[in-house]
Amino acid sequence: MEIKVLGPGCAKCKQTEKIVKEAVAEAGISADIEKVTDVMAIAGYGVFGTPAVVVDGEVKSVGKIPKKQDVMAWLK
Amino acid sequence: MSENCCTTNGNVMILACSGGSNVGQLSNRAAVELTQEGFGKMFCLAGIGAQLSGFVQSAKDAPVMVAIDGCQVGCAKAILKNARVDRMHYLVLTDEGIEKNKNLELERSDIARVKAAVKRVVGEAKSAEAAYSGGGCGCSCGS
Repeated sequence: MEIKVLGPGCAKCKQTEKIVKEAVAEAGISADIEKVTDVMAIAGYGVFGTPAVVVDGEVKSVGKIPKKQDVMAWLK
Repeated sequence: MSENCCTTNGNVMILACSGGSNVGQLSNRAAVELTQEGFGKMFCLAGIGAQLSGFVQSAKDAPVMVAIDGCQVGCAKAILKNARVDRMHYLVLTDEGIEKNKNLELERSDIARVKAAVKRVVGEAKSAEAAYSGGGCGCSCGS
């Protein structure tokens, strides 16, 4: 599984990355988690704002810190 | 695409049908000018229509969104319905008293009228929401 956290580095982006890492650890799965900070790379996903979370190429959340339970659901 | 954490919270997502008539192009022009004036941010309706996940999810997660259709055919509304986006403010320009035609030379007065209508629709909703919340962008920036 490949997870990308899109965000230039604001507090909400860092919190989102933390929640994603916690969810992956709790789910006990293997996933590559990448933080994407490059603005042009982020723009390539067509998101209106950040933070955003992409799981296996599909954007799951935009402009907010996701709940851990939501992230867990995306990992199933 | 925003560059900081608070952009989406304070920003109104503006979607215009941008169709091939005066009212379609009025929706587009108003969206452009409202973006330039800082009222909100125009977003790509075509991306939502193409079912691209970044665009669809952005529309679903937008705190405030307004869709502008030129006429009762309602293409923008239909695109959003197909994408299962149902939380939006909405206006149809022919309902605002602008007659649909094929003249693509837009009148300045019509553009102003559409912009005022968009602000009215969003403003009415924001006023209602403000009565139930404490305001602020909701993140850690303090704004």
